[in-house]
Amino acid sequence: MSSTGERSDTYAGGGSTYAEVQATDEFQGLKRTLRRFVFPATAVFLGWYLLYVLLTAYARDFMSTKLLGEINIAYVLGLLQFISTFVIAFVYSRYAEKHFDPTADAIRHRLEGTEPAGGADQTRTTARKDASR
Amino acid sequence: MIRLTDLAVAAEPVDGGQRVLTISLFVVFVLATLVITIKASRNNATAADFYSGGRSLTGPQNGVAIGGDYMSAASFLGIAGIIALSGYDGFLYSIGFLVAWLVALLLVAELLRNSGKYTMADVLAFRMKQRPVRVAAGISTITVSIFYLLAQMVGAGALVTLLLGVTSDTAKNITIVAVGALMIFYVTVGGMKGTTWVQIIKAVLLMTGTTLVTILVMIKFGGSVSALLGEAAAQSGKGDAFLNPGLKYGTEAQGIAGKLDLISLGIALVLGTAGLPHILTRFYTVPDAKAARKSVLWAIGIIGSFYLMTICLGFGAAALVGPAAIKAQNPAGNTAAPQLAEAIGQEFFGDLGGTVLLAVIAAVAFATILAVVAGLTLASSSSFAHDIYASVIKRGQADEKSEVRVARIAAFAIGGVAIVLSIYAQKLNVAFLVALAFAVAASGNLPAILYSLFWKRFNTAGAVSAIYGGLVSSIVLVIFSPVVSGKVTPGVDGAPDVSASLFGLGTDFSYFPLENPGLVSIPFGFFCGWLGTVLSKEHNAEKYAEMEVRSLTGAGSEKAVSH
Repeated sequence: MSSTGERSDTYAGGGSTYAEVQATDEFQGLKRTLRRFVFPATAVFLGWYLLYVLLTAYARDFMSTKLLGEINIAYVLGLLQFISTFVIAFVYSRYAEKHFDPTADAIRHRLEGTEPAGGADQTRTTARKDASR
Repeated sequence: MIRLTDLAVAAEPVDGGQRVLTISLFVVFVLATLVITIKASRNNATAADFYSGGRSLTGPQNGVAIGGDYMSAASFLGIAGIIALSGYDGFLYSIGFLVAWLVALLLVAELLRNSGKYTMADVLAFRMKQRPVRVAAGISTITVSIFYLLAQMVGAGALVTLLLGVTSDTAKNITIVAVGALMIFYVTVGGMKGTTWVQIIKAVLLMTGTTLVTILVMIKFGGSVSALLGEAAAQSGKGDAFLNPGLKYGTEAQGIAGKLDLISLGIALVLGTAGLPHILTRFYTVPDAKAARKSVLWAIGIIGSFYLMTICLGFGAAALVGPAAIKAQNPAGNTAAPQLAEAIGQEFFGDLGGTVLLAVIAAVAFATILAVVAGLTLASSSSFAHDIYASVIKRGQADEKSEVRVARIAAFAIGGVAIVLSIYAQKLNVAFLVALAFAVAASGNLPAILYSLFWKRFNTAGAVSAIYGGLVSSIVLVIFSPVVSGKVTPGVDGAPDVSASLFGLGTDFSYFPLENPGLVSIPFGFFCGWLGTVLSKEHNAEKYAEMEVRSLTGAGSEKAVSH
């Protein structure tokens, strides 16, 4: 993305408008990065949850099949709902940290006219910690 | 075997020692929270302090507070009770209440934190005409919060009877007034910071108490869930059916409507959470979107662990206390968790142990109610001051000081209304109000929030239609449902039939067969939002660009306050 380097001049000091930022490839890429994950993930967990609810309502013999002692399929599927929730939450946070946050931060710093990335980010965090005391 | 008869006898009268202990523990909790609230009030000068605690909480702190805000007495006592009496079916709530957090995590929390300021309406009105959208969002916020508030406060009145053994109406009224007065104090004096710390302390107490009881139950059954389930089924008198789906919801006797009702409930649970205003405003209490994400991750960890333990509480109560003893105390099973605490304490540490553990769990239940009602009062009074007073009445000309003053007055007013309504509603079964609050949140608020964050074309007409469409359809459907009229519990052994609805026998206008409106009202809310949008030509490209860039990157978002 060679264009990013050139455009960063216009951002400096918060000179550019939101509409200009919105039109950049960088921002459109950021938007795609987020939607590429959250839309399919939402479809998956909602579908998976709905399947569980539908089985609870309409497939009771299947759900009541005992697997381990008194534990039947309904409990195992219920437990899997908990596990899938934890896993999706964890995977999302890793994905966002790796693919989303760096670009989002870079755009934010340029727009607000603050120093981008690394050291500046460190100072900001420290300042915030002080502020909260 | 289990000394069922002994336990039944022990559980019946509340003895004086336990009462004193419960009250003492609760007084300690109240004193601690009052001190913290007063300390928090020193940094409560600006609007950002009052509404969002200066946005200076850390992610983990806010995550714990979210847990404290969310895990209500209804879920603590209610789910344990449903599992204890109806077995597997109570588990559905636990799962729905947890999975719902993925909607908040993936679609709402971060974008809302970046684009909003103090209330849900800030996000909805961002690129719209301010007045109509804020009025709609304010009405919806206050309605949802008051429904939820009433259910909790009437619950507090019932709880005092069960846990302290006082049955007089005066005692119930005093409890409701005391709970109301405390919540008004937390909110008006402590603002968001005070409320937050009440919620954090409550979450820690609730998790500690629940974990302790769970560990004891698991030790008792040699760490085997299967053994616990087996004993619960044996004691339930219902055998294997107790462990299978279908004893309470969507039973074969209820037919098609029963099964659809189950699905309707399931959908409202999973979609309602991310539209509850008192949950949404918690995302503003952290410095940035990353901290908002982190707080939801913490919340998911805490809430998930809690709802997993409800299985142990419910089946533990069925196995160790038994349905007969639970029903003798409270037909809905709301005392199952405290009764289990007493039984398991007795089992491990003798009579004194039972008394202490019961007192601890009872005090935790009161703390739970307080923390949740404070969150609700704060969210609704903030919305009144920020959305209706400042933006609509004063047309955006109100200064921050007067806005916060109005918020405090609103907290008094809303708290007062809640106290009076709760006293009058005491004789009514208002548990359905929680489900109704979730249905309104899922049908009106959630469509408006999602459209406004993700749909470019969305506009004022769409936002207003979605909110009113979802709000009105949920309420109207419930009014014409068996919850309000026409549901009859047949009398057993020649006893007369009793009404299971709000209205007595003989009144029946239940034209809508489902008790949970979500299955119809949620799609209807989304449809209204779409229809309103396409019928209007309004589109503000500039504000949309600002909102999109701001919500995704955080550029221009509200910063933490430094003191």
